[in-house]
Amino acid sequence: MTEKLIQTLMDGLAVGSLYALIALGYTMVYGILKFINFAHSDVFVLGAWMSYTVALCAGWPDGQPTHMATWVLLLLVGIAVAGGLVAGFTYWRRKRIAPAAYTLWLVSGWGWVAVLLVLLARLLHQNGFDIIAGGVILVCSMLTCGVVGFALERLAYKPLRNAPRLNVLITAIGVSLFLQNLGQLDWMFGTRPQGMPQLLPDKVLFNFAGTPGANPGEWLVQPVRVRLLDVIAAGTSIALMVGLDRLVFHSKLGRAMRAVSFSERNAALMGIPVDKVVSFTFVLGAMLAAAAGFLYSQKYPGLGQTAAAVWVLLGLKAFVAAVVGGIGNIRGAMLGGLLIGLAEMFVKAYQSPSVVDIYVFGILIAVLLVRPGGLLGKATVEKV
Amino acid sequence: MLEVRDLKVNYGAIKALHGISLRVDKGEIVTLIGSNGAGKSTTLRTISGLLRPAEGDVIFEGQSLRNMPAHEIVRLGVVQSPEGRGVFPNMSVEENLKLGAFARPASEKAQIAADRERALNLFPRLRERLKQSAGTLSGGEQQMLAMARALVAKPRLLLLDEPSLGLAPQIVQTIFRIIRDINAGGTTILLVEQNAHMALQVAHRAYVLEVGKITMEGVAKELASSDEIRKAYLGHG
Repeated sequence: MTEKLIQTLMDGLAVGSLYALIALGYTMVYGILKFINFAHSDVFVLGAWMSYTVALCAGWPDGQPTHMATWVLLLLVGIAVAGGLVAGFTYWRRKRIAPAAYTLWLVSGWGWVAVLLVLLARLLHQNGFDIIAGGVILVCSMLTCGVVGFALERLAYKPLRNAPRLNVLITAIGVSLFLQNLGQLDWMFGTRPQGMPQLLPDKVLFNFAGTPGANPGEWLVQPVRVRLLDVIAAGTSIALMVGLDRLVFHSKLGRAMRAVSFSERNAALMGIPVDKVVSFTFVLGAMLAAAAGFLYSQKYPGLGQTAAAVWVLLGLKAFVAAVVGGIGNIRGAMLGGLLIGLAEMFVKAYQSPSVVDIYVFGILIAVLLVRPGGLLGKATVEKV
Repeated sequence: MLEVRDLKVNYGAIKALHGISLRVDKGEIVTLIGSNGAGKSTTLRTISGLLRPAEGDVIFEGQSLRNMPAHEIVRLGVVQSPEGRGVFPNMSVEENLKLGAFARPASEKAQIAADRERALNLFPRLRERLKQSAGTLSGGEQQMLAMARALVAKPRLLLLDEPSLGLAPQIVQTIFRIIRDINAGGTTILLVEQNAHMALQVAHRAYVLEVGKITMEGVAKELASSDEIRKAYLGHG
């Protein structure tokens, strides 16, 4: 009895911490720009697929190197050259290098780092340091998604900074559909589901409780199994969340983020470069989503194509987690994520896996009825 | 120090400023008075880069601010204490002051600490409330915080937007006394006010703004005694 309870609790925390990682991206963007970035869940999917691609490039499983690597390299060179052309042209015409050139160089430079990381992961894998290689793949996937988040904000959302929120919302849905369909192209990830190779070794670290049977490996009562994979997943998410919390509440940059989220105009008057802070927020959110994508693909190795219903539902639940915790509130997103994860696992274990979603969305309705601002969300009091 | 040349600013189709020119010299307190909607805040926001002029220019120490983003203008030492205080209510007084020093490099740490001390000495009430969240301060205290925060940014030109707005007369007196103290410490001030009476008392020179145009300018004391001003802004028949 207790074994089942503890096991469910641990599963719930493992899944919940993934929801929390995704929910953070929704909540941070909402906190700063006051709109729901519907494309966020697609960045999470991209994170999972990117990990898959990088793993393949690094020689997992028995090395079926994709053509993507060549394309990516060509693209990076192309972007850098484009940056050079923009810089040259604008300097020639206006004696000033356009910011767009720096943006292109940044993207390209970042991409080269990713390429180096792939090579590093390959080297590590060949020499048997699989856990470290897995970490490098995680970082590589996070960086790539960070660039994607950066580009999305610059290209899709920044031009609409002063437009009505509804326009931005519709754009976000458009971006989401774009990413889902882009991912299905043959030269991207294709339309077939793939199996994520096992990067992190999954083994039972230790068992506790339970009643052993007569033979070793036999159990009369199933014990609680602490799996290495779950420990790594939960540990990584918790480390990232603690890091984010420190960053937002105890650093100069975090203070700037909170200032921008309250008022862009007054933040600018403090000398805060608002555009950079907004970009940074998107990059941060995308990187957390990518980490969640990586960890998720390790726990559930069947990768559906990028528009698969499973992904949509996952993204939706992470969004629900953000709203339950109080959208715009960072600690709320963490709480909401854990809550939704726990609810899901408990329903799965004690009732039936097929009714999970009823409970998840039931929690949303219940919370919104009692506290419309979410659990930790509160109406700000302003004095005039 | 600051020169505004024939500034025209539009909000979409609405023309807010029809070409105003003004000048602030080093060490002065210059006030821009006028009634609601005259374009006073628009002028300040254009100087600090929140709004872009349709025509005209803003020159600070020989440098045009026309195309400079707001956060870089702050780095030049043109610091605005915004209308309606603009304190960050979810942050503590301490954090608000830290944001004031955001634009200053970490190498100025000792100097920032000294400036913070100086600002807190001007507004001792804030010192008692450092850990308190700014949203729980009274209106007067929030105004003090907004000014202290601007001082921590080490302004060479301090732009004050309606510091007396919505405050009790006694606190208004205190605020204006402190404005004079800040100026005595060497900071040049451009003060936008509806409260012409108080503004003309502390300022050296003044401009009167009416529906987007400057209608009068001169030495503050002289303007204060002119009949037109007395009738329109000081409530004397």
